[in-house]
Amino acid sequence: MKKILIVDDEPNIVMALEYTLKKNDFQVFIARDGEEAIQMAQDKFPDVVVLDIMMPKVDGFEVLTQIKQNENLAHTKVIFLSAKNKATDIQKGMDRGADDYLTKPFSMKKILKTIEEQIRSSKLKVGSGKWEVESKKLKVGS
Amino acid sequence: MSNWFILGIILLYLGFLFLIAFLAERNKQSKWVNSPYVYALSLAVYCSAWTYYGSVGVAARSGVEFLAIYLGPVIAAPLWIIVLRKIIQLSKLYNVSSIADFISLRYGNNRSIGALVTIICAISIIPYISLQLKAISETFQIITSAEANPVEGFVFSDTTFYIAITLAIFASFFGTLSLDASKRRKGIMFSIAFESVLKLTFFLIVGIYVIFFVFDGTQDVYNQANEKINLSSLSSVGGISGGLNWYFTIVLSFLVIFLLPRQFQVSVVEFSDRSQLKKAIWVFPLYLFLFNVFVIFIAWGGIVKLGTQDFNPDYFSLLIPLENGHNWLAVLVFLGGFSAVISMVVVSTLALSTMLSNNLIIPYGFLKKFTKNESVKNEKYIKVIRRASIFSLILLAYILYSFFDQNVSLFAIGLISFLIIAQLAPSFFLGMYWNRGSSLGAKVGMISGLLVCFYTYVLPFFATVVYNNPSIQMNGPWGIEALRPYQLLGLDVLNPTTHALFWSLLVNFFMYAAFSVSFKGNYRERNYGEMFVNSEQVVAMKETAFVWKGEAYVADIQQLLIRFIGSARAEKALLIFRRRYQVNPEEKLADARFINFAERLLTGAVGSASAKILIGSVAKEKPVSLVEVLQILEENRKTISSNKSLEAQSRKLVLLTNKLQQANEELQLQDQLKDDFLDTVAHELKTPVTSIQASGEVLSDGEDMPFALRKQFIENILNDTERLAILINDILDLEKLASGRAQLDLQKHDLVQTAKKAIQGVQYIADKRKISLQLETVSSSIMADYDHHKMMQVLTNLLSNSLKFVEEEVGEIKLNLNSNKKQVSYQVIDNGKGIPKEDLPHIFKKFYQSKHQNLKKQKGSGFGLAICKQIVELHGGSISAQANRTKGACIQVEFPKNTNS
Repeated sequence: MKKILIVDDEPNIVMALEYTLKKNDFQVFIARDGEEAIQMAQDKFPDVVVLDIMMPKVDGFEVLTQIKQNENLAHTKVIFLSAKNKATDIQKGMDRGADDYLTKPFSMKKILKTIEEQIRSSKLKVGSGKWEVESKKLKVGS
Repeated sequence: MSNWFILGIILLYLGFLFLIAFLAERNKQSKWVNSPYVYALSLAVYCSAWTYYGSVGVAARSGVEFLAIYLGPVIAAPLWIIVLRKIIQLSKLYNVSSIADFISLRYGNNRSIGALVTIICAISIIPYISLQLKAISETFQIITSAEANPVEGFVFSDTTFYIAITLAIFASFFGTLSLDASKRRKGIMFSIAFESVLKLTFFLIVGIYVIFFVFDGTQDVYNQANEKINLSSLSSVGGISGGLNWYFTIVLSFLVIFLLPRQFQVSVVEFSDRSQLKKAIWVFPLYLFLFNVFVIFIAWGGIVKLGTQDFNPDYFSLLIPLENGHNWLAVLVFLGGFSAVISMVVVSTLALSTMLSNNLIIPYGFLKKFTKNESVKNEKYIKVIRRASIFSLILLAYILYSFFDQNVSLFAIGLISFLIIAQLAPSFFLGMYWNRGSSLGAKVGMISGLLVCFYTYVLPFFATVVYNNPSIQMNGPWGIEALRPYQLLGLDVLNPTTHALFWSLLVNFFMYAAFSVSFKGNYRERNYGEMFVNSEQVVAMKETAFVWKGEAYVADIQQLLIRFIGSARAEKALLIFRRRYQVNPEEKLADARFINFAERLLTGAVGSASAKILIGSVAKEKPVSLVEVLQILEENRKTISSNKSLEAQSRKLVLLTNKLQQANEELQLQDQLKDDFLDTVAHELKTPVTSIQASGEVLSDGEDMPFALRKQFIENILNDTERLAILINDILDLEKLASGRAQLDLQKHDLVQTAKKAIQGVQYIADKRKISLQLETVSSSIMADYDHHKMMQVLTNLLSNSLKFVEEEVGEIKLNLNSNKKQVSYQVIDNGKGIPKEDLPHIFKKFYQSKHQNLKKQKGSGFGLAICKQIVELHGGSISAQANRTKGACIQVEFPKNTNS
């Protein structure tokens, strides 16, 4: 099962996200603020982190930096989930090294799709060339 | 003491003077050289050997009469300053270099008047210099031979001749170092000031010496003198005739303070700064006073010790120390007298040589020659002319001196000089205040005055004193008694001097007025007359006030300037002019202002008359009518006042622009703040919306969701919706309050009742969580003007906050109500978590929410306290959180009872 870490200080959003992800066979971990998030990431090695930016104490960017600097989390993908939706914000987020950036309000479908994309792309990187050839064949086929 | 010794001292002293002048000229910027005291002291060149020796003589012979000559300047000092100021203004405006220039300018830059004035000054100066020579030669002889009666000699055996030559050489080189006569000579003036101090000091020394060493104080002198002669006659004025004589002598000395060429030179030409006048007004009278304090005592002392029979009372100041064997003191006295002579001779020959060259020689002789030559050659020529004139003046003075009988007093000779120069008075003074005065009137007046003067004073003087033939004096010419020189038409109450003064000035004045009224001068003199009388305005206008228009090419004028002031100065001048008036350098034709400008520059070098002629030679003249001149003056007055109002306007504009800039910056700042605020608001709104959407999506997809979970999600949606609604309302509320659109419904209410209502509103929650909620009040009813609804909002908010932060069961909240005469106040005190120190300054800001709330879910919008603050402040009150509380929080609100206060 793939591990997803949800980081957000809004309990209601977290609840909805947790339910949906669990329903789609993901193992879900929750962090309520940046500090907790870094700790969680180091402990659980999630595959994907859904990360809010505006949080008290340590914000999303700091969490991102910490994760990317951590060698053990090289395979972890980080998706920003923020109410900040200006082009400059998105650019900034991507420049910092995020793998994707979603804006609030979001649709569940979109979140799921994005998470799956990220998992797939990391799968492609990991493993030997045999798998790559396999998946390419698949793509051509569909 | 030997001749050579004294000669040596003289030469040393001359050398010393040269050195001082040279050093002062080198250090032109130094504080000493530029001190206004230098100007004030240089005015004391008025006191020559005449004062130094002559006044003692007069005092001994005829008592306090001598004072009259010094009282003039002293009494009239304030008036003198006023008139002097005007003269200075005009002179600086037109670059006037001498009194001849000044007067000729007034009458339309008239060459002949300039020449006439020069001649008058020359005639007046020569006897004056003669008297200086007489004084020097006699004191020289006294001190070298210690003999009372000097021996007469002539020319080569006469030491006076050599002294005269020395003086001539010294004066001609000392004074002509620079060419531009209107340029100030700081070096010379400094040495003149130095000499003034010197001569005063030495005179004072001998005065003190006589009173306190030779005698035993002033009373002693008086007593001893009284024994010898009847002093009362000497110390009184002498009846009506005496009074009249005094009066006229005082008038004479007042006039002469302006008219003497040397006085004009030091007070007008050498003037540079307003502060100088302020010093001069008291320093000069004080100087005269000090100088004259001891004169009478020295005179009396001389009468007692020496007597007037065998000794010349003029030289008492020298003779008394010699008699008592104090030779060194005598040398000092001699040196003081020599100083007095030198300063007078230097300055007056300087002034005269300028006049002679600028107003007589150059205009009438050399002008054509000059225009052809190079500037350097011209300079040399002018210098030579000036030196030659100084030399000649002194030689002529020597020749005149040699005709003098040795018994004639210095004082009498000096008076001749004064009388002659006084003939300039009507044209000079009236010219400044009466614009009708014409050049013809001036000329006729001066000449007729001179003639009368000659007849009533000079002629009999020469006849009696020089030629020893008193018949004209006694019986009149050809025996006609009415025409007796000293008693013209029977007027016999006045002494010869004042008699002459009276008649000559009367005739002079009368002729001047008569001719001026009968014959209008040409347009140019009328224009200048107008300018002179309205000098204040003209000074403000500088070049734009022109009295004559001419058409000329810039190139021609340029050439002229180069010829006379050198190409370097001409270039510079042109640049300055162009910059000042923003003139196009391509312009070939010179405008009137430039022509005037150039004329002024030339005046400095060759005098106003010649300058006018020179300019006239390159410019075609177009007459300017008086009406035009008056129009120019009027226009300028308007321009000046509109300039002033323009200036005021532009200053206002600058202020306004600054204010606008500030306002703009403020607006930009506000804009920025607004943007930030909106960003935050958007963010805050999106959060509950996001949650609602997410929960909604979950609900719609989850068919097999357990009921409890479903209920949870629905509750989430409801909560978030509520939160959203509160947020939106609060934001709008705050905006309304902040922008001032909210109207407070101010009515008289009872705060106690409002408080009770607020408590009621939250009582349910308090009871549920077992938190105690109490109301304390100082009185059962507190009346004030406030908006009941809004104040309820505040109270409710504060109570809710406290409810959020206290713990169940043990929580206590108190609402205190207070009031005094002017104010109402209440506090909400709780024993909850309290407000962290670092948050204290921020709690009333928008979006602030404490992170220490007891509830898991945030229930506030972050606007609560901000809204409270707005409401309280709209009531004219204040809200604050108490700092340094050990436990819990205390929020205090106070506001005035009546909002009108």
